[in-house]
Order: sequence, then structure tokens, then C-alpha cells
Amino acid sequence: MEIESTETATTAAALHRVTPGETVTTDASFMRGHGTYAEADVLVATVVGYVERINKLISVRPVRQRYGGDIGDVVVGRISEVGQKRWRVDIGARQDAQLLLAAVNLPGGELRRRSESDELQMRHLLSEGDLISAEIQAFYGDGAASLHTRSLKYGKVCTHLYLRSGSFITVPSSLIKRSKAHFLHFSFANAIFVDVIVGMNGFIFVSKGTGGSNDTKTDNPQQQQQDVLYSNENEPISDDERIAIARVSNCILALAKENELITEPMILQAYEASTQMEAYDILENSQQIVDVAKMNL
Amino acid sequence: MGKTEVVTDEGFRIDGRRAHELRRVVCTVGGESYVADGEAMIDTGNTKCLVRVFGPREPTVRSNVLLERASVVVDFNLAAFSSGERKQKLRQDKRLLEMASLIKSTFEAAILTQSFPRSEIAIQIQILQFDGGSLHAAINTTTLALMNAGIPMLDFVVASSAGFANGTTILDVNYTEESMDVPTLSLAMMPRSGKVVLLNLESRLHLNEFEGVLRLAKEGCTRMYGILDEAVRRN
Repeated sequence: MEIESTETATTAAALHRVTPGETVTTDASFMRGHGTYAEADVLVATVVGYVERINKLISVRPVRQRYGGDIGDVVVGRISEVGQKRWRVDIGARQDAQLLLAAVNLPGGELRRRSESDELQMRHLLSEGDLISAEIQAFYGDGAASLHTRSLKYGKVCTHLYLRSGSFITVPSSLIKRSKAHFLHFSFANAIFVDVIVGMNGFIFVSKGTGGSNDTKTDNPQQQQQDVLYSNENEPISDDERIAIARVSNCILALAKENELITEPMILQAYEASTQMEAYDILENSQQIVDVAKMNL
Repeated sequence: MGKTEVVTDEGFRIDGRRAHELRRVVCTVGGESYVADGEAMIDTGNTKCLVRVFGPREPTVRSNVLLERASVVVDFNLAAFSSGERKQKLRQDKRLLEMASLIKSTFEAAILTQSFPRSEIAIQIQILQFDGGSLHAAINTTTLALMNAGIPMLDFVVASSAGFANGTTILDVNYTEESMDVPTLSLAMMPRSGKVVLLNLESRLHLNEFEGVLRLAKEGCTRMYGILDEAVRRN
């Protein structure tokens, strides 16, 4: 099928599936977008996907692709290397992301100056294998992402030595929808709180929640959080909390197994639907749980 | 039917095919696990090939980092249980390494590697069941797996083989025929542009017959393209 330069062609093109090498359009007035290449006035697809058109820009959106990333995305990543003034972070993208020492909050307040000793102390802050949550700040010329954790909500979520009060799961990044909140706080029966960090890259960290009690304990909540930020201490977790964390993790994996978008209401509904079975049975009954969750949504 | 006859007077081959018939092809695109970015499996008759594609990802080895484009890393493996006799794989099997390098150069021509500088695209090929034609089975399966991974390519890469025996050209040579000293030509091409990306002939073939064998292999590629295209659209 060929796309014409008229406005009416847009709807017909909306769900048109192409394969690599297939001609998308022979009209030379279109601009070349992602997933296409120009071969002598002819636009040809390079991936299996659907043709998308925005004004004069034609692109092919692939059915599946590795995480690409956008500025402002909340991601969860794992430190893969500690380097000169920077950490390298595996965020499941095509290259490791960089986290500059200048782009993190150091313990001791925002106005603290970074000294040479901070560079030497980098491994004490974050070492290889630690999980962090961060935001994509910019991209380098070669497509690598630069991260920052310049907000109290970002930072270390777990270390390689201790799983700090939670568990880490991965799902395909295409199932994560960009939303206002990527830090989700669930409160379940019997005062059990579970926090979920949903990274846009499909990396998700499910942990014991604070239930908002954190801020009231001290006069200076900011100072307290700062100290907690780089701590490696494990909080005590009760059996019920462990089960709740496992249940939420398995519900998210069940949604991913059934190719459902992972959103806050969907996680909540899947959790509700799973309550009549044990947490370890969830993945085997993913179809049933997702059906019930969708019905109640 | 004599033992040395590849094609009988009635026009049948050892596995019951006619001279210009392909073996049955079954394609499975995509896997259950999220381990690989792309996965595909093709059964060509009794040859079964599984390919997993990882990437574009951070290169696992520093020396694989190329500043201008992605590097393509191919690991070709023939399972110990794949053929009639169980054999232990040698650490550095030259034949497998050569296969891997052929496949690497084939796909470097097709993948738009320059859009992923400093990255690595790893292709892991497993021949689970071997009945001849492992090279073209591997190429066809890799094409599907790369598309499943969403890696941009100029075109499909389709492969087929053709041979010459008993005064006639035969398509899609199997293991029994290969071991009867049938000269086998492996061809990989990009079907829409008609560009040949790989042409491999390991034994001697008379020049007079070459043209016909090549034409038949091309015909096989075109048919294979129809099958692969249908498989990616269905998935």
C-alpha cells in the first residue's frame, strides 16, 4: 500500500504493517522518520512495525524494540562500573547510561562543595551491582543517556550485598506507559505498605513502603532522608510484608506475561484479583487474574 | 533405485521430494522468555535451528566497541545431540568458526549498524537438529530473530541451497545428499533488491551447470522470502 499526500490517507495508514525492505511511500515530499530509510526518492521500512505519520514525517514504529529512552524518563538501573567522576549504569538500553558525580545529591546537604575526596569516596556511595532510580537528563551524541539523581526521590534503592527491603523485576519496556507517577505507594489491609518504582525502561523495584510515616519522625525530614539515601542497612520486614511484596511482584509479572500495560490501577486490580490464591500460584493463573482485573477496572 | 542415485529415474529424491521442491518449513517467531531481545526458530525438514538475538546492548567485551557503528557478534553452535552420532564439540572448531564469520559478514551488510555506535548486537545460533543446510537455515532464522528484536535492516536476508546430481539441478540439499558428494551452492540474497550477499560453493561444479544451479538457488530464496514474510506478518 502506498500513502498519498492527502489528509484522508492518515486513518488508512494508521494500522498498516510493513516489513523491512517494503516501500512505505514513493512520494518524495515526505520526511524520513525512525524505522525508514530513503532510497532514491522512495521511503523504505527497516523494521517490522506500523506506519505512523505526523504531518510530513513518516516513521515506522517497531512491534518490539529495546528501550530507547526520552529526557525526563524515570528509570531504574544497576551500577555496572565506577569510573572517573562518573558511574556507568545498566538501564537496559543500547548502551550503559552515565551518572556523573556532579549529578547526584551527596550526603550533607545541597550546598556542599564536591571535593577530590568525594571522587575517591565514590564507591562508598554507589558501588557495582547497586540498584538506583534516576531520571534521564540528557543524551550524548552517540545515543548514550546521562542520568541525574538530583531529587530526594531518586537514589540508591538496593545494594549488591543486601536486597534492601524489596525485590527487583524486569518486564518489556513497551508495557510501561509514561505517567505522572512512577513512584507508586500501595497500602493494603493490616497496615501493610508496598512501594513500587516503575522505571520507563521496564526495570521495576518493589519494596516495603513507609506508609508516609517517615516524615513525621524527625524535625528535619530532609536530613534524615539524605542519610538513609546511601545507607546499606536492612529494615526488619515481617512475613506478611514479604508476602505482599512477592504478591505485587508476581502480579506485575503476570500482567507482563499477558501483554498488559503496567499501570497503577492495573497493578491494584491484579492484586485484588489474586488475593484468593497464594502468591506463588499467581504466574500460573496469570490469564485468569488479568481477566478479572480488566473486568473490575 | 541404486544407492548412488540422488535423483531416481522417476524424478524422486531420497526423502521423497522432487528435484525442485523445498523441504517443509515451519517458522516460530518470538519466545516465551524475556531473556533475549529477539528469538526465532525454523524447522526446515529435519534441520532445526534456534536463534537468539541480544541487543543493541553495551558490548560485553571492551574490544568489541566500535566508535562509528554497532559490532555484530555471532556465536554458531552445533548441539552435541544434533546429528546421528553424539560428538563432543571441540573448543575451537574451525568449521563452526567459519560459519559464524560467514553469517557475521552477511548480516553486517544488511543491518543498519551505523545507527547504534558503541553498541553490540549478539546473535546466538543453535542447530538443534542437523540434516544438512545448516548455513542457510541459520541465516533464515537469524533474519526472523533480528526482526523480532526490532533491529533495523535494509531488507530481508533469505538463503537457500542448490546442488547438481544425476544430470539435474536439485533444490535444498539435505544431509544424505550432501554426504553423497553433491556439489552444493549456498546463496543468501536480499530479495527485494536482488542483491547477493553470500555465495558459497565448497566443491567443484562444472561451469556449464553453474548458471542453472544459481538460478535454482535464487528461485529457492524467492520462495523462502514468501514464507518468512508471511511469518513476520502473522506474528
